[in-house]
Amino acid sequence: MHSPFAYPFDGEWILKKRKSLKKEFLAMNVPRLSKKIAVLGGSTTHDIIAILELFLLYHGIAPSFYESAYGMYWQEAMFDSQSLTDFEPDLIFIHTSSRNIPSFPSISMSKEEIEALFQEQYQHFRTMWDRLFERYACPIIQNNFELPYYRLMGNQDVWDIHGRGHYIQKLNQSFNEYASSHENFYIHDIHYLSAAFGLHQWADPSYWNMYKYALSFPAIPEFCHSLANIIKSLYGKNKKAFVLDLDNTLWGGVIGDQGPEGIALGPDTPMGEAYREFQSYLKEYSQMGILLNISSKNQEENALAGLNHPDSLLKPEDFIVIKANWEPKDQNLANIAEELNILPESLVFVDDNPAEREIVTRQFPGVSAPNIGDVEQYIRRIDGSGFFEMTSFSEDDKKRSEMYKENALRTKLQHSFSDYTEYLQSLQMTAKIKDFEPLYMNRIVQLTNKSNQFNLTTKRYTLSEMEALAANSEYIRLCGKLEDKFGDNGVVSVIIGKKEKDCLHIELWLMSCRVLKRDMELAMLDKLVEESKKAGIHILYGYYYKTSKNAMVKEFYGSLGFEKIKEEDDETSLWRLFIENYENKNTVIQLVDEREEPYEP
Amino acid sequence: MSREEVYEKLNEIFRDVFDDEEICLHDDTTAKDIEDWDSYGHIYLVVAIEKGFDMKITMGETVTLKNVGEMVDLILKRKG
Repeated sequence: MHSPFAYPFDGEWILKKRKSLKKEFLAMNVPRLSKKIAVLGGSTTHDIIAILELFLLYHGIAPSFYESAYGMYWQEAMFDSQSLTDFEPDLIFIHTSSRNIPSFPSISMSKEEIEALFQEQYQHFRTMWDRLFERYACPIIQNNFELPYYRLMGNQDVWDIHGRGHYIQKLNQSFNEYASSHENFYIHDIHYLSAAFGLHQWADPSYWNMYKYALSFPAIPEFCHSLANIIKSLYGKNKKAFVLDLDNTLWGGVIGDQGPEGIALGPDTPMGEAYREFQSYLKEYSQMGILLNISSKNQEENALAGLNHPDSLLKPEDFIVIKANWEPKDQNLANIAEELNILPESLVFVDDNPAEREIVTRQFPGVSAPNIGDVEQYIRRIDGSGFFEMTSFSEDDKKRSEMYKENALRTKLQHSFSDYTEYLQSLQMTAKIKDFEPLYMNRIVQLTNKSNQFNLTTKRYTLSEMEALAANSEYIRLCGKLEDKFGDNGVVSVIIGKKEKDCLHIELWLMSCRVLKRDMELAMLDKLVEESKKAGIHILYGYYYKTSKNAMVKEFYGSLGFEKIKEEDDETSLWRLFIENYENKNTVIQLVDEREEPYEP
Repeated sequence: MSREEVYEKLNEIFRDVFDDEEICLHDDTTAKDIEDWDSYGHIYLVVAIEKGFDMKITMGETVTLKNVGEMVDLILKRKG
């Protein structure tokens, strides 16, 4: 079923039905991530919170809110509001707008006076952010500024230092610089959003005059959709891959009927131009690490002929999995998810045929199958959805497509060996397993927040929580990187254990599913035991907390030789291992030090 | 549009906005008669009426509308 919150949504309908929509969400019995969000406002925030809640529920996040007193964002941040401190926010959102700029440059001011005014205004915000980071150590989301809805100087307003438009852009630029030099600080770009919505509809002053809303009421759903995208991305709820149809999706026409020369693709026709631009959009995404796959009802040779069309920007090698067959699409989608080792709900299904979208979402309600409209709307519809909202970008993201392709090669190699150990040895694997290092923090947090299957406790951490933990001597931390002859897998496993006398409680153990069955978990345990012994530990305690997704590791500790000492009704279990006489288990992965050259056989 | 037709549609909007199937409007219905019809509820209502009847209600009208009868009069004046 098409959710009313899937883009493009009817914002006015959401406003009208907000009460029954909330009831429906709350009646659904689904696991949700609880998060405490403090909203510090420079204008009315009452209904921004009400509608934001709906969009977050849609993304599987159950928020609780703290709302500052009206307009008191700065005071509550700077003077340590007791109720805010007691709330212990997971995230702080600062809702300010151009209405919160008390004075703009006037025409009589000198360049120096304007600069002084600007500095004062910027410092007002900057000291507040610094203060909030110091006190709450949690992510901050800050609106930038929308353009004023009138221009005293007309077109000159944009470049003249006395212009309001110019002043707003200068402030926005300073916000951007803060964002690019501070982790955990995110700009909510209402400058873009108000332009896209229509500045005059956005800034309708009657809502300010009547209710002190900085944006018009009908703009609130669009605003909350955009804000919720940042939040769900921070909590690891982005999509990871596309599953694309071919005929009338990547090109116009049916290649099986019309042949490669008959399809619309390329600059010769308006339709062909539109399909080519859509391909170019997808190609950019693949370079950002979003995986491209195909599910098409076609003969495979026809599908490949289309992708080898001279005007096709996407070539067969840009895709990880290509399913061109006559199987039902939900079946293909399930197979693609399995081959990629990701969950179906991480997929975006792009198909021009509403019936196919219906089949897929009926089978997998978590899959997004946007209504992409006509070809000239494809980009806008997908882009507006915010499936891949970026809040971090690690080196691994850039290489992800490559890594998945290497995996496909490994699978081929595996079939040529009769003995699995022999196969593992042929991979010539080397691992670096060390304490957390600043260089890898982003990736560690990213991996921790998105690993669901090979994850014993599914604890989530923000970057600041992880940094605090990395500096805490009560913990043993391990971060494992794995390389083999096909390429570098990057950081693939994380362990966090808390020391207590001669015991170590393993609070987190997770591994990326792309290195399953490679004995990496054995190498991690060897290292964990080694580090534990150094710290005077005698006993390891492992915990398994069941979720809907981590059944594969239910007996994980048992397979490593831990003994089960307790099991609850909810299948939560506690395991113990005495390490005094532990013998190393890994025989196929060579451990290397960061500084040494990797092992060359 | 007849007064009855306006009433029927308006009643539906009220039920949606306040999520209460038992609302039955008449000329004298005021904010006091409906739970949740506070100043915030009023904004949702005005936006939904603007959308539902495809019309714009000015700021001056929004703040002076006292009861449902006046709302219906206003809609009829625009759409009648």
